[in-house]
Amino acid sequence: MLKVIGTRLGVMVLIMLTVSVLLFVMNEGNPRLVARSVLGPYAQPEQLDAWVEKNGYDKPMAVRYITWVGRIFAGDLGDSIIYKQPVNNIFWKRLGNTGILAGITFGIMVVISLTLGVLAGMKEGSARDRFISFISIFTTSIPEYASAVILSGIFVFWLAWLPGTSAMTGGFNAVELVLPVMVLTLYGFGYVARMTRASMAEVMTSNYIRTAVLKGLPYWRVIMKHALRNALIAPFTVIMLQFNWLLSGVVVTEFAFGYKGFGALLLEAALRRDIFVIEACGIVAVFVAVGTQTIGDLAYTYLNPRIRFS
Amino acid sequence: MQFDDSAPVLEIKDLNLSYFTRAGEIPAVIDFSLTVNKGESIGLVGESGCGKSTVAMAIMQYMGSNGAIRSGSIKFKGVEMNEMSPEQLRNLRGSEISMIYQEPFASLNPSLLLGSQLKEVLTTHEGISDQEAHERAVQLLEDVKLPDPERVMGAYPHQISGGQQQRVVIAMALLSQPSLLLLDEPTTALDVTVEAGITKLIADISKKYGTSQIYISHNLGLILEVCDRVFVMYSGEVVEEGTINSLFTWPKHPYTHGLFGCIPLPTADKNAAPLQPIRGQLPLPHERPNGCNFGPRCDHFQEGRCDRGIIGMDYVSGASGSDHRVRCLRWNEIDYGAEVAHGEAKPPMEFGDEVLAVENMQKYYEVHDRSLAAMIKGRSVRYVKANESLNFSAREGETVAIVGESGCGKSTFAKVLMGLETATDGEIMHAGEPIGEVDVHHRSTEQIRGLQMVFQNPFDTLNPSHTVGGQIARVIRKFGVESDPDKIRERVMRLLDIVKLPRDFFYRRPRQLSGGQKQRVGIARAFAGNPSMVIADEPVSALDVSVAAAVTELLMEIQREHKTTLLFISHDLSVVRYLSDRIVVMYLGQIMERGSTDEIFAPPYHPYTEALLSAVPIADPEVTKREIVLEGNLPSVLNPPAGCPFSTRCPRKIGAICDDERPPVHQTNTGHAIACHIPLEELREIEPVINVPSLDERLHVQNPEVVAD
Repeated sequence: MLKVIGTRLGVMVLIMLTVSVLLFVMNEGNPRLVARSVLGPYAQPEQLDAWVEKNGYDKPMAVRYITWVGRIFAGDLGDSIIYKQPVNNIFWKRLGNTGILAGITFGIMVVISLTLGVLAGMKEGSARDRFISFISIFTTSIPEYASAVILSGIFVFWLAWLPGTSAMTGGFNAVELVLPVMVLTLYGFGYVARMTRASMAEVMTSNYIRTAVLKGLPYWRVIMKHALRNALIAPFTVIMLQFNWLLSGVVVTEFAFGYKGFGALLLEAALRRDIFVIEACGIVAVFVAVGTQTIGDLAYTYLNPRIRFS
Repeated sequence: MQFDDSAPVLEIKDLNLSYFTRAGEIPAVIDFSLTVNKGESIGLVGESGCGKSTVAMAIMQYMGSNGAIRSGSIKFKGVEMNEMSPEQLRNLRGSEISMIYQEPFASLNPSLLLGSQLKEVLTTHEGISDQEAHERAVQLLEDVKLPDPERVMGAYPHQISGGQQQRVVIAMALLSQPSLLLLDEPTTALDVTVEAGITKLIADISKKYGTSQIYISHNLGLILEVCDRVFVMYSGEVVEEGTINSLFTWPKHPYTHGLFGCIPLPTADKNAAPLQPIRGQLPLPHERPNGCNFGPRCDHFQEGRCDRGIIGMDYVSGASGSDHRVRCLRWNEIDYGAEVAHGEAKPPMEFGDEVLAVENMQKYYEVHDRSLAAMIKGRSVRYVKANESLNFSAREGETVAIVGESGCGKSTFAKVLMGLETATDGEIMHAGEPIGEVDVHHRSTEQIRGLQMVFQNPFDTLNPSHTVGGQIARVIRKFGVESDPDKIRERVMRLLDIVKLPRDFFYRRPRQLSGGQKQRVGIARAFAGNPSMVIADEPVSALDVSVAAAVTELLMEIQREHKTTLLFISHDLSVVRYLSDRIVVMYLGQIMERGSTDEIFAPPYHPYTEALLSAVPIADPEVTKREIVLEGNLPSVLNPPAGCPFSTRCPRKIGAICDDERPPVHQTNTGHAIACHIPLEELREIEPVINVPSLDERLHVQNPEVVAD
């Protein structure tokens, strides 16, 4: 097991390094373009050259890459061009905001989708199964920008129960989170629910469930003890993948509700070529992607004894 | 619920079971009656689709959402099961009625510890403490002769072998000492020697606890060994029932009689007394004929009589079978006495030149051990010796069989012959050319054409998206047998004739074919290029008895016509005895014994051959066998015994020499070779395992009335 963890971590570091090289080359590969982004469209060529020399951008790319990695490890993410202050000052707060949104959504979504998936898969083809399957497909088919509009229409304009923006201008306000969480959950739960349903349905037709029933176990025991554990192994990986989507896929929702999160920051930086913010966002996004995948794989190994003890 | 202990354990009366599909109601079991008394074991035999498993599921009241009990009653100890509440059924299942399944691995939960799966039977039904349940489970694991029960309790299913898994399933079924045990093909997925051990275990244990059994199997020989009474089912109906002795000695129904003609019994012989397959096919459930379901396939069919109305079960009168019933109008008109159930005799084959010579062939697989310990010790590469110094030859027209249980290396050998793997060492000569180290990509068309294969599983060896004709034609074109499209077509048609398939199968796709028909296509494909040698890897083991007989006969007929050398790979000694001229017995990658079929089946035996012979169930009550049950499991191929590979399980082991030294090969001048430390003279004195009475001693040729008195 220790060895498995070791290899997985090794692979994870390797992927991170590869992506960081790509990120670096794409953003800072051409020193004059970096200078142009920092100094703006009206800077003269001499000014660009001076900036390149002053900031050490005339050194070979490999040297610059290593310095860059070293700076990141030291906690220096550079200065934001738009905000004219260190990236550190804005970046972490934005990441935290998205963390709150994603965490709440994730918690609600996993509970709903697993419950619905299991309920549907217990009896394949039953009215309950059909109903849940229909709902899952229906909600997943509505993109976030559409459901954001529809839900705003209902809860903000018609019922007037909820605020229409989530900018948190007056400090943290939980009520402002309700709509974004709703939009994300509505879009996201169907996929996991259907995966869970398929997995559960397959388990319910397996021979060992027949064995359990014919042993005379009560139905709820058959479900809880024999079916659930096996049925949840497959959706687990899919659930871990949801983290990626919740970090970088929330751009639309954050933008729609004016929520100051990671997605909105990335969008803004990309539109205005804020190089150092883009780099910071990229590194973190990749870290989360690779990290959750690693945790997912390790947990999968743990859940499935056939892999654990082979 | 009040059970009446004086009533029979199970009493089924006039049971009708149906499945409801989109095509409408399909009757699965019709007019089924059965009584099981205390301590009795009942056998249910029949080919796939006859409804035997449906009966078991109905007894368990677990028919699935599309199955239903249409009419009739199932009484357990006098109480009607069809009227029980789900709660009452739940209390019955697992405590009074238990079930043992065909595939032990699939019926155990892969992610729960075996101990937990065992204990819950007791904690649910008897409400005892976890500790107490643990002790009882360990006790029972000991009873089913599992080594180290505590370790098994803490293991997951995949950590123990198939035979051990089935023992755990048996222990699970017996934990709460049920009155009735349902066994659905409990040994079909296991090796022969393991099967023998499990069969004996089930018999011993049910005797000990007085458990009644319903034993479902397609294997008549096995039923004979374990049951008191037998029910033969055909197309949803019981066609004959009776005590083992009565039914096996005087089968009355033409189907039962036909079944015996399909089994390679020790009295069958491929030349003098070939198998006689039942013609035609099992009718589909919604296409059953009027009157007798077996009518269209029956040689004694009478128009206007057998195809009318409903045919009921009739008692066979006479002393031989007061308890013998048959569903046939003509049972007392047919005289089987004179008629022997086998086909036409043929002259024996003459063998030509040597086609295949294998000399000291070795095949090792490298296994990379990536654990830290192995790296430190510097032993990261180990070898699996799949084949170790194989020596034998085959001549034109000869059938050579390779016999052994799973893991003995017989399939690896086939792969090397086909060029899917290359030999590590030694030489294989086919048609005068060395092929051992040439893989299939480097073989000439001629070499590939000359060596073809019939595969074990006909269900997935045919390409589902091509027509049957297209697949055979491709072989003919590739091997350059013909190039003109019309001639190729003509050849495919002739091949279809040879394998006895209608010519319009040319346009069919594999999914429209039954298992037997697919295997016929597989045979046609293999013979399309006129090969000098065909390797048949368990070609009939996935097929039903009567279909297997037809395919076996077909294979031999084509072989006879083309003078093809046949290398027959199988675990089934009765089929092997029936069709091969020479036999090679393998164990853990090594040849234990080789010789002509008569030499293998008579002393001197290798102790492993002896055990294999004893393990094969024979569906003939008058054949007697010496019982040899092998203990233990097959050793791992990664870590085989240093001396004789069989030393860990050998009942005739003579001492440390068996563990430490490779046995010498005793060879007679006829080519019979045995690898054993025991001297040949001593082996020669061993009594035969199987004793077949001569024909005039046989009961069935004598008058049944006289015998019963």
